Amino acid sequence: MQAVTVGRLWKYFGDYAALRDVDFTIAPGSCTALLGRNGAGKTTLLRILAGLSVPSKGEVTLHGKPPRDGDARRQIGIIGHGIAIYDELSATENLLLFARLYALADPRAAARHWLEKTGLDHVANSLVREFSRGMRQRLAIARAFLHSPTLLLLDEPFTSLDDRAIALLQQLLNEAIAQGSTVVMSTHQLREALELATGVALLHRGKLAHAGPRTPEMLADTSYLYRTYGDAS
Amino acid sequence: MRNKILYLLGIAGVAWLARNLYIIFLGLPDEAAQGAIYRIMYFHVPSWWTCFAAYFVSGVAGVMYLVKKNQDYDALAVASVEVGVAFTLIGLATGSIWARIIWGIWWTWDARLTWALITCLVYAGYLMLRRAVDEPTTRARFAAVFGAFAFTTVAITWKSIEWWRTQHPGPVISFRTGGGNMDPAMENMLFSNWGAVGLIAIVLIAVRMRQEQHLRLIEALRRQVHTL
Amino acid sequence: MNFLTQTLSVAAKDLRSEFRTKESFNAAASFAIVILLLFSFAVDPTSDQIREMSGGLLWIVYSFSAALILNRSFARELPNDCLDALIASPVSGAALFLGKALASFVLILLIEALCLPVFGIFYDLNWATQPAWLALVVLLATWGMTVIGTMFSALTVNLRLREIMLPMLVYPMLIPTLMAAMQLTTLLIAGQAIAGDDFVWLRLLIGVDIIFTALAVALIEVVLVG
Repeated sequence: MQAVTVGRLWKYFGDYAALRDVDFTIAPGSCTALLGRNGAGKTTLLRILAGLSVPSKGEVTLHGKPPRDGDARRQIGIIGHGIAIYDELSATENLLLFARLYALADPRAAARHWLEKTGLDHVANSLVREFSRGMRQRLAIARAFLHSPTLLLLDEPFTSLDDRAIALLQQLLNEAIAQGSTVVMSTHQLREALELATGVALLHRGKLAHAGPRTPEMLADTSYLYRTYGDAS
Repeated sequence: MRNKILYLLGIAGVAWLARNLYIIFLGLPDEAAQGAIYRIMYFHVPSWWTCFAAYFVSGVAGVMYLVKKNQDYDALAVASVEVGVAFTLIGLATGSIWARIIWGIWWTWDARLTWALITCLVYAGYLMLRRAVDEPTTRARFAAVFGAFAFTTVAITWKSIEWWRTQHPGPVISFRTGGGNMDPAMENMLFSNWGAVGLIAIVLIAVRMRQEQHLRLIEALRRQVHTL
Repeated sequence: MNFLTQTLSVAAKDLRSEFRTKESFNAAASFAIVILLLFSFAVDPTSDQIREMSGGLLWIVYSFSAALILNRSFARELPNDCLDALIASPVSGAALFLGKALASFVLILLIEALCLPVFGIFYDLNWATQPAWLALVVLLATWGMTVIGTMFSALTVNLRLREIMLPMLVYPMLIPTLMAAMQLTTLLIAGQAIAGDDFVWLRLLIGVDIIFTALAVALIEVVLVG
């Protein structure tokens, strides 16, 4: 079964079509870089995959289930534009909240494990409000990986992260892929994304301009894709 | 073609209204107890029926939008609310004038009067909410949800405010008792004028719907331009 | 079971972060006291008049201060885009809604419990002659306010002029609930029992609570996910 199937997907905002007839699949264990200029529909597509938005037409399934299905959502980990943690709660309380919402067997153990893994165990009981930017970012990463998701949806994950958080995220993504998880990330930073990616999907004005494996040329010349497929529509 | 039909219907409605006005003012006699002012009823009562019908249509259209996700239902919903609010205001104004002549005061805090005011406020909220949302699909969704709450409240308030206070004249025509206590000529005119007012309301709703469709198109084109 | 855990987790989270900052709680409580004070200038505080309108005054205070609490309900999720993380989690819209409603319900009840004795002292009223009935009326009417308020908090959270929009949308919708609550509270504070025709108001309160809770739970997914 495919990790993600997007079948003839359309998304309208009023009469404006933000996604037009997008159709592709993502195999389990792959890492797909979702590329495209601003307004190409990357965020819209990721939001639909994450179940934050619903398609106007067409079908989306995650491991064979619709995105709003409870089981499908248990499998998803998201990192969006905001860090999605609460300033008024401590690091532990933040992770405990999400551990309970994801109905993890042992919320405390999961929270402790991920605080250690992200190097935040020494501030486990401090309020997030008092954290530095980098610490908040690492906590956000811990929140996304907390429930061991098998499908990671990342919207511009590397923008605005500091070096330590980037290294941590890359390490965790590599581990997840090695364990068979699937990663979909939209990005502007072609180099960081393409190093991780096994496949690319390029959106151009809401249409899928290209989907396929990541080839060595792309690494050598990162604007190669845009030049080749950018004005395909 | 569709525009022409709309214009023709509009002209027909206005002509019908003009004919009714002629009969109301020159053909029908004064009412025994109230004198000339009773004629305001020919506008007051049909506006109430029309506004209630418009709110009902808007509620149903909202639910249909949530089920079908077709933006035209949203256009119907907002057009009906706007026309509904307009007729509620006509109902309030005509009622106030009548009350001033018969009871000597403009505003009586009578049950239905209060209800009408609340309804106006609820649906003014509907229109304000729409204005505050920029994205058409979100706007339609939120408006439909608000519409469901609005219609429910309006229906509940109708009943509860009657328990609170009432001094409004009883319904002139009761379907339950099977017939009115009115002169047949007057009763016929009431229905005839409702027909005219209703036809004009339908044309207004249709015109507003067209406008909404065009607005949506303009908005989509604008977004398209922004992405280029 | 899972549904209940999720609902309570969301409610506990909201209450915990509110009690850490007390932002809206302090504002709502002091606002309520200020309005209670203002009434003494509107009516003669020593006359019997106040007894006849006690229910009305009390519910005006309650509904005004509740708006301050309800405004924060979904707005609390805004700063770091937390709402997205909640919606993407396996929590159903209904559990999320009920959790947030529950938190606001508790906060509003606390403010009401604070105001009632102050009201009694300021205006020399013995409000505790029918405590069980009064508690029932307060619980039912407060839940009604909370459900509508939380729903509209979700609806307006991303809008321009959110703080102005919410009261504008909520108060007209609250009229049946507030009418019933005012009527019953005046009776109960005057020391009378609810009897005969007055049960119609109690039925109205219960009916409105059921209808709006059902509507909100049915429609919240549409509001949150689009």
